[in-house]
Amino acid sequence: MHPALSVLLLTTLIGAGQGLFITMVVVELLAAGSVRPGFFVGGTAIVLVLCGLGLIASFFHLGHPERAWRTATMWRTSWLSREVIALPAFMGAAFAYGVAHWTGAGATLAIGVLGSLLSLLLFVCTGMIYAAVKVLKEWAHPLTVVNFTTMGLASGACLATAYAGFAAPELVGALAKAAFTLTALAMVTRGAALLRNAQLRPTSTLQSALGIRHPKIVQKTQGSMGGSFNTREFFHGKSAAFVRGILTAALFGAFVLPLVLVITLPILAFVVQYAGLLAERWYFFAEAQHPQNLYYQGVS
Amino acid sequence: MTQLALVIDLNVCVGCHACVTNCKQWNTSGAAGALADAEPFGAAPTGTFFNRVQTFEVGEYPNTETVHFPKSCLHCEDPPCVPVCPTGASYKRKSDGIVLVDYDKCIGCKYCSWACPYGVRELDEKRQVMTKCTLCVDRIYDTNLPVDRRKPSCVLACPPGARLFGDVHDPDSEVSIAIRERGGYALMPEAGTKPSNHYLPRQKSTLNLRQDELYRSDNPHRIDGAPFEQNLPPIVEEL
Ligand code: SF4
Ligand code: SF4
Repeated sequence: MHPALSVLLLTTLIGAGQGLFITMVVVELLAAGSVRPGFFVGGTAIVLVLCGLGLIASFFHLGHPERAWRTATMWRTSWLSREVIALPAFMGAAFAYGVAHWTGAGATLAIGVLGSLLSLLLFVCTGMIYAAVKVLKEWAHPLTVVNFTTMGLASGACLATAYAGFAAPELVGALAKAAFTLTALAMVTRGAALLRNAQLRPTSTLQSALGIRHPKIVQKTQGSMGGSFNTREFFHGKSAAFVRGILTAALFGAFVLPLVLVITLPILAFVVQYAGLLAERWYFFAEAQHPQNLYYQGVS
Repeated sequence: MTQLALVIDLNVCVGCHACVTNCKQWNTSGAAGALADAEPFGAAPTGTFFNRVQTFEVGEYPNTETVHFPKSCLHCEDPPCVPVCPTGASYKRKSDGIVLVDYDKCIGCKYCSWACPYGVRELDEKRQVMTKCTLCVDRIYDTNLPVDRRKPSCVLACPPGARLFGDVHDPDSEVSIAIRERGGYALMPEAGTKPSNHYLPRQKSTLNLRQDELYRSDNPHRIDGAPFEQNLPPIVEEL
């Protein structure tokens, strides 16, 4: 698949925002009273900025952004539609959480728990958008949902650690440990998906695509000489070496380096991890082999 | 229930692209607006097509067969492209089973094209909406056309008649009989999409003539009452 920058930005930005929100609520749950409300208000502002940026990025993916409201209509069948509902719902809860802390209105923990549930629901929706595409075997697995969640939580916790350096230095130590653990967990779950995908064998072959049993079939034309939507959307168009390079960058950037850095240099850890997650998301698309590509193997 | 579909005879298709041309002509002239064409006369033309003919070489030289393979939306009975659409722009009609895109609802998110295993949906780069074969829904029901012209443009254009159109749920339709009696098959059955369009396989055509068949009562050159040998066609030396 062709990785679209808008989708890479959307999923990584909201993932970090969702993770940061859950981390804050856990902080409130465990250390209520000892942390000043400013920490939560500022944190919520960061969550909303990240989600807002993600939302703006996602609009660049659409051919007709002015019709985006229609995407909320098919929630009965479409995970994309469900995500479109879950994202504003989560942002609404986050906003209410920030306001409640700011005004001292109380009930912050209840709103926080509700927001965390919506955040988890949003992780599920985002993951299922990909896991529900049955023909993309690399994605059609529960690990896809797990990974969106673990990687989002890890980057959110890293961000919380970096942010606490300014807003609540007494929390940095504990948050760094949490970020370390979550990053390690994300490394394990993403690694499991990589191992699984390495063993996948395609279900469809050129033979089943054409209904011709002969083992030797070579494509001579594809009904277009200058490419088509089918060659632009479903191929990443990069060399195998480039893809391997991105995978290495993803593994080091998203997991290995943050594990090394987060205890001592949390800000750098978050920045490196965010870049690493962008690479991870790029690879996530590139590794998915769409069966339609069988029909687009050659022009002569 | 009706399920309209195409049946494409790979034994007959000569790869002339007449169906592609007529499809583009009809669908670029309709009420929905023109289909994009970038650099149509340049070195690398690209544009929106609902139907493409691809060519494959099967076998090892010198025993190769050239197979021309027309490909368009298969109007699946269980179309994975429909439930994923967040706007409801993609839908399958109950009345005749045609899978359509409502261009006024589509936001161009491309999600449906990911779900389709066959690569037959194409985002129109100009209009930024998803497009695909409509089985010429805007002409097959047009009562202003003579009855025999109420068929998809590709079917009307095909010079050797490699494309059949009809209701695959009606066991007595031309398409159902062709599928049943000539080994019609679906593409990528393992995808579980239950395509409605079917393909008829290549066949080796041989003509078996027995001698006595040349001495038939309906042979106009038969000499009445003459012995069998005299009624055989002349051999080359005799001519
Ligand atoms: S061929 Fe593709 S686009 Fe057409 S109905 Fe089937 S899944 Fe949908
Ligand atoms: S591209 Fe259009 S038809 Fe396809 S899923 Fe998106 S909104 Fe639906």
